[in-house]
Amino acid sequence: MSEKIATRVAYGTALAEIGHNENIVVLDADLSKSTRTDLFQKKYPERHINMGIAESNMMAVAAGLASCGKTVFASTFAMFAAGRAFDQVRNSIGYPHLNVKIGATHAGITVGEDGASHQAIEDIALMRSIPGMTVISPADGVSTMALVKQAAEMVGPVYLRLGRLDVPVIYSNDTQFQIGKGVTVKDGKNITLIANGLMVDMAVQAASKLEAEGLSVRVIDIHTIKPIDEEIIIKAAQETGAIVTCEEHNVMGGFGSAVAEVVVKNHPVAMEMVGIEDVFGKSGKPADLLAMYKLTPETIVEKAKKVLSRKK
Amino acid sequence: MDAKTKLELQRTATQIRKGIITAVASAGSGHPGGSLSVADIMTFLYFKEMRVDPKSPKNPDRDRFVLSKGHCSPGLYSTLAHRGFFPVEDLKSFRQAGSYLEGHPNMDKVPGVDMSTGSLGQGVSAAVGMALAGKLDKKDYRVFTVLGDGELEEGQVWEAAMAAAHYKLDNLTAFVDYNGLQIDGKIIDVMNPEPIADKFLAFGWHVVNIDAHDFDAIEKGVEEAKATKGKPTVIIAHSVKGKGVSYMENQASWHGSAPKKEQAEQALAELDALLNSL
Repeated sequence: MSEKIATRVAYGTALAEIGHNENIVVLDADLSKSTRTDLFQKKYPERHINMGIAESNMMAVAAGLASCGKTVFASTFAMFAAGRAFDQVRNSIGYPHLNVKIGATHAGITVGEDGASHQAIEDIALMRSIPGMTVISPADGVSTMALVKQAAEMVGPVYLRLGRLDVPVIYSNDTQFQIGKGVTVKDGKNITLIANGLMVDMAVQAASKLEAEGLSVRVIDIHTIKPIDEEIIIKAAQETGAIVTCEEHNVMGGFGSAVAEVVVKNHPVAMEMVGIEDVFGKSGKPADLLAMYKLTPETIVEKAKKVLSRKK
Repeated sequence: MDAKTKLELQRTATQIRKGIITAVASAGSGHPGGSLSVADIMTFLYFKEMRVDPKSPKNPDRDRFVLSKGHCSPGLYSTLAHRGFFPVEDLKSFRQAGSYLEGHPNMDKVPGVDMSTGSLGQGVSAAVGMALAGKLDKKDYRVFTVLGDGELEEGQVWEAAMAAAHYKLDNLTAFVDYNGLQIDGKIIDVMNPEPIADKFLAFGWHVVNIDAHDFDAIEKGVEEAKATKGKPTVIIAHSVKGKGVSYMENQASWHGSAPKKEQAEQALAELDALLNSL
């Protein structure tokens, strides 16, 4: 049994670790026990500001704080951060390039029982379409810790897509991460599985299944969806000639689309996308929902075989 | 306020109004009505009240101003230009491709603009953030914001109002440009935000009512806001939309349309006549 931790917990833990920097201010919208900014609040209550159930206001308040030199982490569920407050994120944070980090937890269908109203499957598409917005979707607790700390160090708006569900730790603590640089989790020659978030672990599982059938499979974790690591994607297209993208998000406009933009412009190869097929989520246990929406290693295997049949 | 100071402010406000007309007429579009109605408030803030320095527009200890009703950028730009943040001549480039004077204020490009605004309701929230930062840093700067009365129809204004009172932001002063008109007509007909004073009182603000075109009243309102501790103050500034240009006054149609050449000449002539009479 490998260790499991939700990326939202890693987020809160990282905030508590870097909170000695007095420039950091954390905002929350009445969800601090869920977003896990409570971990920061316990250590630095004077710099944890609850904005109540008013996400639109929170995002523009974050902009005002950032304009005065603060490094602001504004946290709520992804649905409300990217959805409800899109205009505020776009106009008050994105347009003036202010130093606000949006800690968007409970992304995707693995929110589970709360159902479709709380399951953001559009947020990557929304956030990556804002000029200058950095969009990060880490795969596990280790990479989340590293990337949250890097986000705090860089100047400018960042959208951090985080999950509610406990997910396996796939990286060792000494793994190096860099915003904007993909990670080759596993090298291979016949096909590349490109994933982010909790789909990275599933891609690794899918790779094992495919390798059992004699294939050589590359797995890449693109934790930074924007700016995307074009180099690692182009190299994968050139060297393996077939790509499957894997995301816990609508297949339209999201991560698969972002990878496809790079592939078609530089080195077109056969591609398939694993993701949510343009439908809303629903209530249920996260594991049941993942199976129901076909976000599984088996689906990745199936799409991999399909793309291999199209490979030139 | 002594007579000499008041006369100076009146002269400056008239120059600022001329700049508004010049900018909007040059662009062939823009929002003159609400820019003219806040011109006296802007003049008072930038030429009498606020601690700002055109040579150091990003000084961390400066007072802040957020034009929450960002469409009245001609009013803000003309004020900043006359205060020395950038050349008055540049007002003629307003809204034109390649100019830094965008239709709505852009803090990255325009010296003296403290927040990018335009999408209504957001500026006041940003002002709350600035006031919170001032409290966190134990700095004595003040934050001013100007809202439109039509803007009060945006729900976010009330989210911001709740937060400002909750965090006792007595370093924040909001003006409501209460001219009673919005694009589609009278505010009470389009979507009645009244009673405005009662709403702010209920949200925990100190409320002051003033004549938006009387410098003594503006000063008194700001002094009252500064003396009010433990809560933010809203100054409901009873104004005339289009103030200073006869054919624009109290006309909703001049909310978002620019004067033609002859109309602009008439407006500038009226403002010159006013200058000569002062």
